[in-house]
Amino acid sequence: MVEPAVDLTHGHHHDDHADHGPKGWLKYVWSTDHKVIAMQYMFTGMFMALVGGFMAYVFRMQLAFPGIDVPGFGMVSPGEYNALVTNHGTIMIFWVAMPVLLAAFGNYLIPLMVGADDMVFPKVNRLSFQVFFVSTIVILASLVVEGGGFAGAWTAYPPLSADSTYNLTPLGSTLWVIGVGLEFVAFLLGGINFITTLMNSRAPGMRAFDVPIVVWMIVVASILFMLSVGPLLAGAIMLIFDQTIGTGFFNPATGGDPILWQHLFWFFGHPEVYVVLLPAMGVVIEIITTFARKKVFAYRTVIFTVVATGVLSFFVWAHHQFIAGIDPRMANIFTITTLLISVPIAELCFVYIATLYGGSITLNTPMLWALAFVAEFLIGGVTGIFLGAAGADIYFHDTYFVLAHFHYTFFPIAIIGTFAAVTYWFPKMFGKMMDDRLGKIHFWGTIIPFNLIFIPLFVLGMGGQHRRIYNYTHFPELALDWFQDMRVVATVSLLIMLAFQFVFFYNWYKTIRHGPKAPRNPWKANSLEWTTESPPPHGNWRPDEMPVVYRGPYEYSTTDREDDYWPQNEPSSRGSA
Amino acid sequence: MNDMSFWERIGHFFDDIGLIRIGSSYAGDIDFLIILVLVVVGVWFLAAELIFVYFIMRFRAKGDGRRADYIDGKNKRHKRWIFYPHLAVLVFDVLIVVVSFKVWNNVKMTLPDNPDAVIRVIGQQWAWTFQHPGVDGELDTADDIFTVDELHVENEKVYHFKLEATDVLHSFSVPVWRIKQDAIPGRSITGWFQPTVAGEFDVQCAEICGFGHGVMAARVMVETAEEHAAWVAANAPAVTAAATDANTPAPGS
Repeated sequence: MVEPAVDLTHGHHHDDHADHGPKGWLKYVWSTDHKVIAMQYMFTGMFMALVGGFMAYVFRMQLAFPGIDVPGFGMVSPGEYNALVTNHGTIMIFWVAMPVLLAAFGNYLIPLMVGADDMVFPKVNRLSFQVFFVSTIVILASLVVEGGGFAGAWTAYPPLSADSTYNLTPLGSTLWVIGVGLEFVAFLLGGINFITTLMNSRAPGMRAFDVPIVVWMIVVASILFMLSVGPLLAGAIMLIFDQTIGTGFFNPATGGDPILWQHLFWFFGHPEVYVVLLPAMGVVIEIITTFARKKVFAYRTVIFTVVATGVLSFFVWAHHQFIAGIDPRMANIFTITTLLISVPIAELCFVYIATLYGGSITLNTPMLWALAFVAEFLIGGVTGIFLGAAGADIYFHDTYFVLAHFHYTFFPIAIIGTFAAVTYWFPKMFGKMMDDRLGKIHFWGTIIPFNLIFIPLFVLGMGGQHRRIYNYTHFPELALDWFQDMRVVATVSLLIMLAFQFVFFYNWYKTIRHGPKAPRNPWKANSLEWTTESPPPHGNWRPDEMPVVYRGPYEYSTTDREDDYWPQNEPSSRGSA
Repeated sequence: MNDMSFWERIGHFFDDIGLIRIGSSYAGDIDFLIILVLVVVGVWFLAAELIFVYFIMRFRAKGDGRRADYIDGKNKRHKRWIFYPHLAVLVFDVLIVVVSFKVWNNVKMTLPDNPDAVIRVIGQQWAWTFQHPGVDGELDTADDIFTVDELHVENEKVYHFKLEATDVLHSFSVPVWRIKQDAIPGRSITGWFQPTVAGEFDVQCAEICGFGHGVMAARVMVETAEEHAAWVAANAPAVTAAATDANTPAPGS
């Protein structure tokens, strides 16, 4: 299954590093530099995005044209279909959204933005990536072992996931759990660094509220992750025992309880949404303030709201289980907490919109991505209300409405947020300026098809189409012609969107080869990463240039200065009136 | 159809536009809740997007040297622009919670007394088994009718169902009734429904259950009293012939 995906890999990313020869190459593998580790996470994540995207292509083709011989894959059997949707979800969340947004940009930005020469524990950081890399190999291996990849959905509900007589994938399902477990360990190691680096390595003069919001968001996300993942890691080990040595933690016949897994999974799974959401929201506010030349509206409100969201996110998990057989009285409690979380999230959206007010807005590629994040994430946010209200969830649960809803949250997070971050920090990371025109072509070629994929799926979900079905012809009410037409629209839109991704990779290639050299601070931004060379040297600043901080990162368009920005490290005496 | 109240009319919107039929006593209530949420969040969504797009157009840099305003959002005069909207969000949340409670309590937390019949629904990889009461109208007696992938019920009658699974999780879902409930091995979950439209409708398994999940389709036949009586009479095993099986436990129990 993974074979065709290899065709899609864009080896030229890695070629940049292959030029160094064996010694340099080994140095790269064993590097403890946070920037190198960030790149390792980013390229691994992007490679996995191509694998996950290829899976989406295969199963969308099967849905639009049932029984078709999918080019590059072949006929899709029901078992393969289940394995494809299972691993598409697993990979896109654990091997794309987390490594790119949290690990890559967390690693790259935290030391640079707080003015440190590296993470507090560089070797732990390296270990984190190495464990992650092993987990990547394990999850890819799980797709090609005998019996095929795990096919019990990314939520892996037992008893289906716990017993190979039910799931028919004895090796695939065990490797899947091991892969996910290792991935958790990697992020636990990484999270330690994020938190301690923010606490201990800030530049002289940088107070808690002088830290850029994206750093706060990534650190809060790490705290959420570390607090929520423990129970699931324990659950994963119990699941491996159930699969391999015949224990019965989740088997009702031996006194276990399959619902226990659902609680452990979603106690982690819902905070996980915020683990990936917060870094993306942080990236977006950095870009919006820079290109609107505006101070962020109510900085402290943002920080406190994010912390409140994080706390509240631990008390909403059972909204995934309204109809799972839990005590129905619990559904009422979790309806209240779930709808409550709409308040801080709405408040963050209001802050972002308010920040635009009175700005001087430049619509270049990173800004377009950042604004698109807000516009699209709003759809994901408001459709969540339908599902949080238990009464409506009776109908919507496990339909395409749910699927469209969370793609309207995860796509803005993992794809739009990533493109925003990459296009914004590309000059810093690679020292070259990307082509803005190609960037805009790629932007519109991604955003328009994205909406055309998922709006039809909302309608199909409202029409009762349920998830994880490889062929709807078995259900007369779902086999209507106009339902099938909408499935075709979604699939064709996906093909267009995937095709436009080549524009991005071409832009990347062209920029590295021929792009103009980037100055230190091409966007005239305030935060510390823009005060060093592009790309920053080992140690981030020359020893005599280590920054000292005098103010917060959002002092744009202050009234008493000629420049409309005021870098955090510039002493007040210079340049002020 | 014309004797419906204004509110019931709203609950029938999805049925009216041909998206999904309303086939049970509570389907209209669930649709009403969905439409209420649609209107509430729709207004918020449109307002937010419009203001958002307006700000982007209004405050574009035009190269005329105009500087952005310096607004830190710290004073009360500015903060009220996000403070009052977020209180309003809270108020609308309360409204949605109240209506959601009402629907949820009716569908999932109350069980109508004295149902007209009790049926058993058993999910297994990858088919549904339905156990209907026979001529005597009682479940778990010798003349029970077992069918696979075909449920027969009488229109307008109140049913209790006992939902079970023999192997993995399944989910009993009948979209036109707006009913969905996971089936869990080792448990029997009781729920209820009252069909209101005669006809033949899809039964889905809405929880992934392995290789054949995609073909785990069944049909429910909602019949008139005469049709249903005829079906029962034609299919109920003769008690004398089935007497030897009288104490055989139903599959999955």
